Amino acid sequence: MSNEKCAIIGVGQTHFKKRRDDVSIAGLLREAIDRALDDAELSIRDIDAVVIGKAPDAFEGIVMPEIFLADAVGATNKPLLRVHTAGSVGGSTCVVGAHHVITGIHGTVLAVAWEKQSEGNAQWGLAGGRSGGIGAGGAFAPWMRAYIEQSGSPDYIGWMVAVKDRRNAAKNPYAHLKMPDITLETVRDSPMLWDPIRFQESCPSSDGACAVILTNEAGAQRSSKPAAWFHGLSVKSELSNFPGRNPVKPQAGVECAHDVYRQAGITDPRSQIDMAELYVPFSWYEPMWLEGHDIAGPGEGWKMVDDGTTDLGGDFPVNPSGGVLSTNAIGASGMVRFAEAALQVRGLAGEHQVEGARTALAQAYGGAANYFAMGVLRSSAPE
Amino acid sequence: MPATDIAIVGFAQTKSERAATPSEVQLLVPTVTAAIARAGIDRREIGFTCAGSCDYLTGGPFAFVSNLEAAGAWPPISESHVEADGAWAMYEAWMRLQEGDIDIALAFGSGKSSPSNPSEVWAQQLDPYYLAPLGLDPVSLAGIQARALLDSGKATERDFASVVARSRRQAAGNPNAQLADASASEDALLAEPYFRAPLRKHDCPPISDGTVAVVMARGDTARRLCDRPAWIRGMDHRVEAHQPGVRDITSSSSTALAARKAGYDGGPLDLVELCSTFSPQELILLESLGLSSAAASGSLSVNPSGGPLAGNPIMAVGLIRIIEAAARIIDGSANRALAHATSGPLLQQNLVCLLEGE
Repeated sequence: MSNEKCAIIGVGQTHFKKRRDDVSIAGLLREAIDRALDDAELSIRDIDAVVIGKAPDAFEGIVMPEIFLADAVGATNKPLLRVHTAGSVGGSTCVVGAHHVITGIHGTVLAVAWEKQSEGNAQWGLAGGRSGGIGAGGAFAPWMRAYIEQSGSPDYIGWMVAVKDRRNAAKNPYAHLKMPDITLETVRDSPMLWDPIRFQESCPSSDGACAVILTNEAGAQRSSKPAAWFHGLSVKSELSNFPGRNPVKPQAGVECAHDVYRQAGITDPRSQIDMAELYVPFSWYEPMWLEGHDIAGPGEGWKMVDDGTTDLGGDFPVNPSGGVLSTNAIGASGMVRFAEAALQVRGLAGEHQVEGARTALAQAYGGAANYFAMGVLRSSAPE
Repeated sequence: MPATDIAIVGFAQTKSERAATPSEVQLLVPTVTAAIARAGIDRREIGFTCAGSCDYLTGGPFAFVSNLEAAGAWPPISESHVEADGAWAMYEAWMRLQEGDIDIALAFGSGKSSPSNPSEVWAQQLDPYYLAPLGLDPVSLAGIQARALLDSGKATERDFASVVARSRRQAAGNPNAQLADASASEDALLAEPYFRAPLRKHDCPPISDGTVAVVMARGDTARRLCDRPAWIRGMDHRVEAHQPGVRDITSSSSTALAARKAGYDGGPLDLVELCSTFSPQELILLESLGLSSAAASGSLSVNPSGGPLAGNPIMAVGLIRIIEAAARIIDGSANRALAHATSGPLLQQNLVCLLEGE
């Protein structure tokens, strides 16, 4: 059987904040879903199936919360599938939603991902539910140090990433931390959390949700707005901890990237991709993923930061939305990468639009950097 | 729903136990290994893997990450995880297989209920604003459902006992069952005291630990790997509104809908494996599937494994229904079967898989 083409025709995000006390969990999801449906010029009745993602249930203290959210997300009498692949889950949820369309099982699918971290204690959750945990930053810090050591990167590269992302976020109406006036000094002088990560180089803890509407060729033709077409999508996982693993450049991340490049016919990602939304919760992960996904050669990733290549006006903008560094409702963060990449190739990213973006890379990672979900989106449909 | 040529070619499960000593991943590794061995494939031939489990059972966020070891994730694999019964993991893997670029997929489900108190855990699955504060546990909810069924006149307490007696007797032939009794009788069961009226303890499932794995393959690969593959003719799942008060809890409309969408046309079946966690639910599911009279006449075998009343490893129990049905097609004792899995309070979400021999 021949597979269907799949496009994102609707994107919706909540306003992300430290606490969204103004809405219930259901209300938070509906805020994103309703915006996505508006963007797609559809109503909930047009949705055939719902795929929902979030990180651990312990963050909010509800077991499999999609069960009680079934009505609110419009899933009644429809399939409702819950994905959980740690921090990469928002990306994985988008990928699983796309498979519903590609297989032809369903025509139009809602994928939604969320986290309402203010309902619980995310640091406790990230430590696996144990007290006295080192948190996500503590887990990743040694690998960032190893990157700095191996690449010979100057220490200010992390600060530059933080400044860029927070300034980009000031152009994104939905971002959590908007700091248009942040400087290298602000970052440098902020407290050290997990060496080499300073306070201003770390992601916030946010409440929020993100939704995308996925559809086939016929569905995309019904919309009056441009679509973002999947040209590649992949998920890869590897064991989190064993001798011989390279946690600085995990093999699953390399293979996930090469899988989507191959599907999209990309042989030189640096020149054939116009922009990327990468999951960067700590500043150093920007150069690490540029190298980890073979966009830059070994030891070359930090130079793309240093010379402004990854700036919004640069030749290979990374995270024009402000990224995870500015907005991190964990379960949603991976899907925001896909949603923002879609907005870019649709030309609908507003003030943080990358001029002429036609091919975008979306990436999410999770766990101990052992779960990856990636996609290549283009403004034109596959052949 | 496009026609697919995907079949079950290998499977394995652990024996349901009240409290298994090994950890969840330790239970999973031999199960996955056995399913792969049964399929006669090399692990590297698997193109996609999907796991199903629930963090809350283990009591630790990211508990599922440990289970990656059972998937053998090195070198890296294409893999995903659902926070759901393994039946939904199988659904995702079955869907992924349909794209045609891979030939073999693995799905598994696992759960250890023994470390926690299931009544406390599952009370936290209810709407946190309106239901969870009531502290309703699954057994109390099932009691409400049982009472509604009695009040509707659709069933009697003797009908409940009849479901249990048959489960106990049929489980006597199932080496993986936790509760079995070859001489179980309705009268003896009805003499037991109420546990949550009108339910008696035997109307409720045991607390179980267990794991299950299934290997699926496409077309000629399936025929090469298995003399008589269990072909998946269709698979679908549907969810209903959450609040029991807005549903008719004496029927299961989402099961009926999922069966229709899975391609079940009401034709004859040799057997049905239902995830009827409480005895009244078997009657509800049979009626919703239009199978009550076939079951009553004896022409349809219902839960030949004993069903969830004989062993209830949550997060595996639904996928176990599918492999119990598949096993009987593969061994030639059945030709057409329907398997069912459920999630959420009082049959809120249901999955149906239609299996056939060739």
